[in-house]
Amino acid sequence: MTDTDIPHGIPLDRETPFDPPAAVMALHRGAEMRRMTYYPSGHLGWLVTSHRLARKVLADTRFSSRMGGPAQAPVPMAGLEAYADFEGDFPVTPGMFIEMDPPDHTRLRRKLTGVFTVRRMKQLEPRIEQFVEERLDALAAGPNPVDLVREFALPVPSLMICELLGVPYDQRDRFEADTATIFTMDGGAEAKEAAFGRLYAFITELSVAKRAEPADDLLSDLAADTELDDAEVAGMAMLLLIAGHETTAKMIALGTMALLENRDQWDLLRERPELMAGGVEELLRYLTIIHTGIIRQVKTDFEFEGHQIKAGECVTVSVQTANRDEAHFIEPDQLDVTGDAKGHLTFGHGVHQCLGQQLARIEMRIAFSRLIARFPDLRLAVPADEVPLRTDQNFYGVGELPVTW
Amino acid sequence: MRLIADREVCIGAGMCALTAPDVFDQDEREGRVVLLTEVPGPESIEAAEEAVQLCPSGALSVERD
Repeated sequence: MTDTDIPHGIPLDRETPFDPPAAVMALHRGAEMRRMTYYPSGHLGWLVTSHRLARKVLADTRFSSRMGGPAQAPVPMAGLEAYADFEGDFPVTPGMFIEMDPPDHTRLRRKLTGVFTVRRMKQLEPRIEQFVEERLDALAAGPNPVDLVREFALPVPSLMICELLGVPYDQRDRFEADTATIFTMDGGAEAKEAAFGRLYAFITELSVAKRAEPADDLLSDLAADTELDDAEVAGMAMLLLIAGHETTAKMIALGTMALLENRDQWDLLRERPELMAGGVEELLRYLTIIHTGIIRQVKTDFEFEGHQIKAGECVTVSVQTANRDEAHFIEPDQLDVTGDAKGHLTFGHGVHQCLGQQLARIEMRIAFSRLIARFPDLRLAVPADEVPLRTDQNFYGVGELPVTW
Repeated sequence: MRLIADREVCIGAGMCALTAPDVFDQDEREGRVVLLTEVPGPESIEAAEEAVQLCPSGALSVERD
């Protein structure tokens, strides 16, 4: 792959379960930054693959989060064709501050950052431990083999975000399946829109109820905030709900599989539990579940790293290659829980860096620690190559993880 | 060295409080950075510098003597 080859979108097909596609690694080795065409219109934009430039782009607000939405996508998705001729900025769902720039983004994000501080999340540890132990008790008492996604990886973060927001967990069938549909790239435009609509109605219904009868939860706080209108409350709550369970669930399941397939790393964490905090960072780096990258668009012409970028052009940051960049990490293709994964970009970088990252870290640390301690002999119940891999969703992971002990 | 924290730029990601808890904290209301000390002790310098490097919003900087 030379530095002038122009790929059409980011390659998604993988040769191995834990490594980025060879084709995207080849693009990374060829050049730090190159032209790339986008779906569905063939828009000629950019692809950034190195750690150095990924950080630079994400920290620089000239790379805007306002863009053409489905008219410019770095990966193919069902229904994009309908937007091939769309021009300008795609309308933002009120409250969805991940699609906004400062100062709009700042105003909404700051309504939430006080809730997700390192200290506040630490106070949740006993509660997360309780959720984890309950699920592991159920696992121990239930059938063997079992699907770890369904019985453990998904319930733990789902229970926690429900409690934090004030969403009844027994109504999870009203958000879990629809969230998965929204994140499924070839799920069909109509199905995705319907799922979004149902989820939005569910959250709106809940926030109206919370306003009438407030409880001690985040949704009540948002609903009571006179600086936020109803649509903003619904959008923010929906963002927290869908970002708060699907991502961490994917990491817990794929992380478990990676540790089982690198048994020395599993054993190391079993023998030395104090390595777990670093181990979680390493799993985040090594697995980089945001395999479709992070997209931005520039609004003015400027020169960047010797390239002339023009207003309207999209720039996609390939996080998975940045996290495997030899210029930043030592032996990046090895999973090493004793290694230094600091500076990985799995939670992003810049003003949009993941709001819930401190919660996600603690959930993963407790989930992996307790799973390993209680089921030290855990193993895959099927050959590794029979574990269904989901490259068709916005977050990479396993569809299910059959395990036995 | 002296640490500088720009609370207007801060977006409350918490990387500083996670990386160098002896030096950085977050306020209760909006989770924005609070400097516990401008001049960290020798045992905290390495972590403080790492936190400056990791800060996603560029709110932290170091003034060298």
